[in-house]
Amino acid sequence: MIEPWHYQVVSAVLFMIGVLGVLIRRNVIVMAMCIELMLNAANLSLVTFSRMWGNHDGQIFVFMVIVVAAVEVAVGLAIIIRLIANRDSLNIEDTNLLKW
Amino acid sequence: MTEQVLFYVFSFAALLSAGGVVLNVRNTVYAALCLVVSMLSLAVLFIMLSAEFIGVIQVMVYAGAIVVLFLFVIMLLNLKSEDMGAESQPLLKLVGTLLILVVSVKLVALLSGTRKSWPELDSEFGTVKAVGGVLYTDYLLAFEIAGVLLLAGLVAAVVIGKQRID
Repeated sequence: MIEPWHYQVVSAVLFMIGVLGVLIRRNVIVMAMCIELMLNAANLSLVTFSRMWGNHDGQIFVFMVIVVAAVEVAVGLAIIIRLIANRDSLNIEDTNLLKW
Repeated sequence: MTEQVLFYVFSFAALLSAGGVVLNVRNTVYAALCLVVSMLSLAVLFIMLSAEFIGVIQVMVYAGAIVVLFLFVIMLLNLKSEDMGAESQPLLKLVGTLLILVVSVKLVALLSGTRKSWPELDSEFGTVKAVGGVLYTDYLLAFEIAGVLLLAGLVAAVVIGKQRID
């Protein structure tokens, strides 16, 4: 029988895959995609809680997270386009003006 | 039985394609396509959790808009494969992978101990009507602010994306 913790485990592992991507990849676009993965893992967790307690609030949170993710992607990709036009590279290590 | 099969198939699809996003170093377009598979599998999981509205929104917004935006940018930039290279930082990768492995094992061990069964739900749970009822009453202010946020994001994307700022 599938219990709530099965979904929580999937959510946790998905989140960790997203963190791993941000840690080990240096491609800006892939890092943005991994942030989306993390947001989705949080969404899965919230929907599971919503189902677990028979309450709609978790689904409203997920709705808001999706709205914020859409805005974040639009602005983030605009920034990435400007970044690549300026630095001529996808590698985040080339954006190092503020780096010690 | 059907529920178990569906759960395992789609959660493994979500996790494997998420791994594909991270591990695909050759072509960013493939990473974006892996992301679509992951989003769609998660949408199935949402619908299995009787969150039908959220599942449909997931397909429409994530798979239909966000990933298309990613693909659009990748194709707009017209990247060649030599632009991708030089990602190798073996020490960072090793430390990162070990850290993530330890935390994942800990998290899975922590979560798999919990016991709570599903409550009985009325048949309307998760439908557009039910979610909309909550969204337009208890969370009306948050909904309005989300609209303003979308407008601000639209303006910001246009301003930042412009070629020249006068």
